[in-house]
Amino acid sequence: MALSFTPHPGIWKRFAPWIVPVMLLAVWQAAAQLGWLSTRILPAPLDVVKAAVTLALSGELWAHVWTSTWRALTGFAIGGGLALTLGLLTGSFTKAETLLDSTIQMIRNIPPLALIPLVILWFGIEEKAKLFLVSLGVFFPIYINTFHGIRSVDKGLIEMGRSYGLSGWALYREVILPGALPSILVGVRFSLGFMWVILIVAETISATAGIGYMTMNAREFLQTDVVVLGILLYALLGKLADVLAKWLERYWLRWHPGYQPAP
Amino acid sequence: MQTTPVEHAVVQTIARGETSRGVKLTVSGLDKSYAGRHVLTNLDLHLRPGEFVAIVGRSGCGKSTLLRLVAGLEPSDAGAVTLDGASHTSLHPDTRIMFQDSRLLPWKRVLDNVMIGLPRSSAPHALSVLVQVGLADRKGDWPAVLSGGQRQRVALARALVHEPRLMLLDEPLGALDALTRIEMQELIEELWLQRRFTALLVTHDVAEAVALSDRVVLIEEGQIALDEPIRLPRPRARGSAAFAELEDRVLRRVLRHAGADVPAPSEHGRAVVPFTHWRWAI
Repeated sequence: MALSFTPHPGIWKRFAPWIVPVMLLAVWQAAAQLGWLSTRILPAPLDVVKAAVTLALSGELWAHVWTSTWRALTGFAIGGGLALTLGLLTGSFTKAETLLDSTIQMIRNIPPLALIPLVILWFGIEEKAKLFLVSLGVFFPIYINTFHGIRSVDKGLIEMGRSYGLSGWALYREVILPGALPSILVGVRFSLGFMWVILIVAETISATAGIGYMTMNAREFLQTDVVVLGILLYALLGKLADVLAKWLERYWLRWHPGYQPAP
Repeated sequence: MQTTPVEHAVVQTIARGETSRGVKLTVSGLDKSYAGRHVLTNLDLHLRPGEFVAIVGRSGCGKSTLLRLVAGLEPSDAGAVTLDGASHTSLHPDTRIMFQDSRLLPWKRVLDNVMIGLPRSSAPHALSVLVQVGLADRKGDWPAVLSGGQRQRVALARALVHEPRLMLLDEPLGALDALTRIEMQELIEELWLQRRFTALLVTHDVAEAVALSDRVVLIEEGQIALDEPIRLPRPRARGSAAFAELEDRVLRRVLRHAGADVPAPSEHGRAVVPFTHWRWAI
């Protein structure tokens, strides 16, 4: 009998997951319109859309999004680049490991957000403070996974490479680096998630521009629609970063049976 | 990419179209021990140019160690390995190894795997060798989609592209099913007959040793216990009485020395676990 209600299983499969979210939104909208839900607690979904349109048209939205994205990416580039370099160094050379690894592991145990008071003293509430925090936050996942990736490259493959005439940089480029790549990319994905978390906190505490600033400003004026919009923007940007990382994995690890697109 | 002298020599050989002649291999007084345990003791072995010798023996008898020392993958404690009279202790450009696990780079397509260690310009030659092992149509595939037998064919092509004068085969067919193994044995024999490199094959399979080699050498407790010439005409008919009799004789000799097969520490000093058994993590 159940089949008669679902004549097109394909369509059913595609739309079924959306039924609950759409219904929740409808209930939320109705509750707000009927006055059951105070706009001080939650704005109506349509008000959030309206706020988005207004801010987008005035250009304010893009300025904030751009500021936040720039901070995130610059911090990621600095911290990630440093982590990759040091991870490759300590992973490849025992001497570098002896020299640097324990220091890095000690620093790793300090939560980056615990440094906020000190960072404000050092850099004030300027850009540098946020870049520092984001760089520090993305550093460790990439560092640890790069180190681990280099160390866990199949020794048999390295031996094969050597016996087939590869050495030095050629061996590194052809065998060691590609072998470490899956692990490095895991670190990158971790870092991208962490990058936004750190930035959100940093921006909410002190900023003069950016999504966090927009949200905190709106809170003072009880503009819950803009607050919710800010939260949604963070979610969207976080998702975007993750999709990007996934896409990179798909491309760079297309040889890897574990990363084949589902048939 | 800069070409190293080794690559240059290989390209030259390829360009002249020479078929490489086998090398004369001499192993004398070889000693090797791991953590105080003697694996090879004063071992002597001579291979004529172009000769195909199979080494058989129980697990842990030192046969793989011998191959690794000849390859220059590990240093010996005493004794010498000479190729055409010249002693060598490290990797040699005339020597190529085929491992039990194919050791293809999973991030390189089949043709690029065959070309490892060679300049881009060697692609046509690499492709022609891939044709010889019957895998030209898979040149653009990732190793992950190949079967075990196909992977070993690619590994064989990868070794042959370098026109080796000494081919070391470390149980290359041990992980294959019986039918694929016979096919691969025929392929190896055919290519060896064409190219006449010197070949040293380590195997558990006495039938394989008898089918392929000019001489079967049994290693026991780090020393040569039997050196049996195989004078059957090629191609060898496995069903023939002479074949069966030889196989039986060698097998009986291998089995005679009982008690050596208790969980011996491996030839490499680690526990013997077939490679395929601990690859589950990926």
